[in-house]
Amino acid sequence: MSTMRDFRIWRGDETGGALVDYQVEVNEGEVVLDVIHRLQATQAPDLAVRWNCKAGKCGSCSAEINGKPRLMCMTRMSVFAPDETVTVTPLRTFPVIRDLVTDVSYNYEKARQIPAFAPPPDLRPGEYRMMQVDVERSQEFRKCIECFLCQNTCHVTRDHEENKRVFAGPRLFIRAAELDMHPLDTRKDRKEFAQAEQGLGYCNITKCCTEVCPEHIKITDNGIIPMKERVVDRRYDPLVWLGSKIFRRRS
Amino acid sequence: MTEIERLSFDVVVIGAGGAGLRAAIEARLHGKRTAVVCKSLFGKAHTVMAEGGAAAAMGNVNPRDNWKVHFQDTMRGGKFLNHWRMAELHAKEAPDRIWELETYGALFDRTPDGKISQRNFGGHQYPRLAHVGDRTGLELIRTLQQKVVALQQEDDANPDSDGCIEVYAECTITEILLDEIGRVAGAFGYRRESGQFVLFQAPAVVLATGGIGKSYKVTSNSWEYTGDGHALALRAGASLVNMEFVQFHPTGMVWPPSVKGILVTESVRGDGGVLLNSEGRRFMFDYVPDVFRSQYAETEEEADRWYDDPDNNRRPPELLPRDEVARAINAEVKAGRGSPHGGVFLDVSTRMPAEVIRRRLPSMYHQFKELADVDITAEPMEVGPTCHYVMGGVDVDPDSTAASVPGLFAAGEVAGGMHGSNRLGGNSLSDLLVFGRRAGAAAAAYHSSVVGDLPQVPESAVAAAVETALAPFATESGENPYALQQELQQVMNDLVGIIRRADELEQALVRLAELKERAKKVSVTGGRRYNPAWHLALDLRNMLLVSECVARAALERKESRGGHTRDDYPDMDPAWRRINLVCSLRGDTVVVEHRPLPAMPVELLRLFDIEELRKYMTEEELAVLESDMTESAIGQSGVEAGAEFGAGRSGSTADGKEGTSR
Repeated sequence: MSTMRDFRIWRGDETGGALVDYQVEVNEGEVVLDVIHRLQATQAPDLAVRWNCKAGKCGSCSAEINGKPRLMCMTRMSVFAPDETVTVTPLRTFPVIRDLVTDVSYNYEKARQIPAFAPPPDLRPGEYRMMQVDVERSQEFRKCIECFLCQNTCHVTRDHEENKRVFAGPRLFIRAAELDMHPLDTRKDRKEFAQAEQGLGYCNITKCCTEVCPEHIKITDNGIIPMKERVVDRRYDPLVWLGSKIFRRRS
Repeated sequence: MTEIERLSFDVVVIGAGGAGLRAAIEARLHGKRTAVVCKSLFGKAHTVMAEGGAAAAMGNVNPRDNWKVHFQDTMRGGKFLNHWRMAELHAKEAPDRIWELETYGALFDRTPDGKISQRNFGGHQYPRLAHVGDRTGLELIRTLQQKVVALQQEDDANPDSDGCIEVYAECTITEILLDEIGRVAGAFGYRRESGQFVLFQAPAVVLATGGIGKSYKVTSNSWEYTGDGHALALRAGASLVNMEFVQFHPTGMVWPPSVKGILVTESVRGDGGVLLNSEGRRFMFDYVPDVFRSQYAETEEEADRWYDDPDNNRRPPELLPRDEVARAINAEVKAGRGSPHGGVFLDVSTRMPAEVIRRRLPSMYHQFKELADVDITAEPMEVGPTCHYVMGGVDVDPDSTAASVPGLFAAGEVAGGMHGSNRLGGNSLSDLLVFGRRAGAAAAAYHSSVVGDLPQVPESAVAAAVETALAPFATESGENPYALQQELQQVMNDLVGIIRRADELEQALVRLAELKERAKKVSVTGGRRYNPAWHLALDLRNMLLVSECVARAALERKESRGGHTRDDYPDMDPAWRRINLVCSLRGDTVVVEHRPLPAMPVELLRLFDIEELRKYMTEEELAVLESDMTESAIGQSGVEAGAEFGAGRSGSTADGKEGTSR
């Protein structure tokens, strides 16, 4: 069963652009990405869109649909009212390349700044032993498909380009948390690094990132808050502070 | 002349999935200046979609497992058409490649004693697949991506070091360029973001571009899978082997139409899911072929007992190799016993508690809930075959992954031979790692060998590549590339699909020839910046060339085996087992030639029961074999030499080549 639906899609590049109206066929069970593909095949062959798997696994087709950051491949047309216009715009936090495609290199640059996994020097490959219960916390964060919807929605950078320099964003906070909670990672300063170099302190836990995560990772509760709490433990606990001073003086 | 960005590297890896990243890591660890070229963003390659796991005989769950059993299973799965040496190297090296990932930071699911957990899968005798829930591919690619970043950080900290590893994301290679004497000299392509051309000058190029599934209408593959590496290799003068073998995964989603083809992981069956027809019958019991009869349960009771007591029961027939299950589903639907939307039922809801399903199969739960409104903990899924994997690929030397063109290497799905006529689930992720590493090492060694006499890219070749790439803009009011792609997908689906016939294959070749002509005249509007119509117009050339190889080889092979089923030649023919079909390009024409399959050494043949080999081999082979097997003088040394990478490479390249008779 197919119907004609109204779509408005942002077309343009870094010099500017505008919403363009399209009328397009929509069939039962389709997702927004199907409709975008039909537009490409019929009315707008050069409509730029980034996508890969169309199964919610690669995190490429992120966009803002009726103002909400979502994956186009996982947004079914049935969630909209039959006469509702569907507006698709590029992620707002990142510079536009063309149409729905944005320059997400900021995320890769921030990833390159996080110290890598530091394996235990005394264990050879094949000798790693970890309990399921101990790897599960990090495994939750490794579900991340790097769609960057959390990075896009975070208000610290969404309309504050200037903060990008000092703020790594939720995706990279859970990367830090994942390494911090890795049973065999030997670096002990991941929380301090997150505070000092990643701008963890800018986050005021409004949980917008958690809300948009298509993998339902509890970014704030399970990742950011534990990192913040333990930073607080170490940095502001008077006893720890005193201990560190005494220890330092003695050495 | 058009502006071209010119870059120079020791090794260029085309493709940034598991094989490409592993190759690039290895080349960089050998101190080479290495570039990885990804068609998509870094970390989005198709490997990300692999679900079930990576097969490696670590023996963590069942200590009886070892490389020999894995080798046997792989050969059986491929119906003994695999290149024995690739299957041997793969089985021996897979555990090391998995353990190595842990040192990069991978977090696999664990056994109760803290080792890497392993799960059951079709065709594997023991629980063998290292996994993370049903998102193993994501873990693999993220781990390798993060290892690349770790190496980049090392390079940033040591600016004077020799090697480096650079990532070129959203960059598509359209041509491999050769020097005057036919050696690889570089790779030419464009950057999606700007539409600008880029020339990578390098003596060693590793193809790791994956498969060809996007030539089919119903497929589990992503848009990138347009057979680029297969086509690049052909045009560079290399050949492809086993192209008639295309794997249709038995369980893809069938409804709603827009998600038709999306993969439903084999883990659903490995963990206890059963296939049912519209009469509620577990029909797989009716489809156990003779060659596998002794290894599979005959009653539901025995099959169900196997999950808890695999040593004393035979496995359920739902876990037959993929080609068998796909054909069975096809036959049930044809016989009118299918589900409402043209598939069959796959049920876990009556097999395990809801909470276990959500924990063990989280992506599947999520996928069906979001895309089909189906709660798999409460009702069965509807599934049917979907084009998933191409066994065929670049004809390579097993030990070095080298193609016949000097400086060209291939690893992963784009390489042929490893999986024979049918790949076992789980053998792809381990294949990527084993041969990705070998490709990186061999490309690095090759670079060292030519460093005093580096090939130069002829300017005429660059100019020709530019002209080809710009052609779609030069054509006015030509055809729409999207329409052409849809026609191609329909042709391959209808005429070169899961069940094939001579008349349909001939018809397909006529249609493909027409499409090839029409593709020369596609036109594209707009500019070069991120213009998907232009990208598709260039990809189409590759898709058509590779589709022709599949159709021609399929027409030539007059038997049914693995991922090649002929309605008009329904039986497996031992005489055909001795033949590999090799495709190459002469001018504009695809040529298919017969070549003897490399013979397996007797030490490896001894791993199998003679009665089993009888099902696959000709009388002539069996006679030779029986006399060989009685000669106890033949040592085991040939097998053992391959156990170590270093020893294996120099020592056994010779026997690999000998068998290949290139």
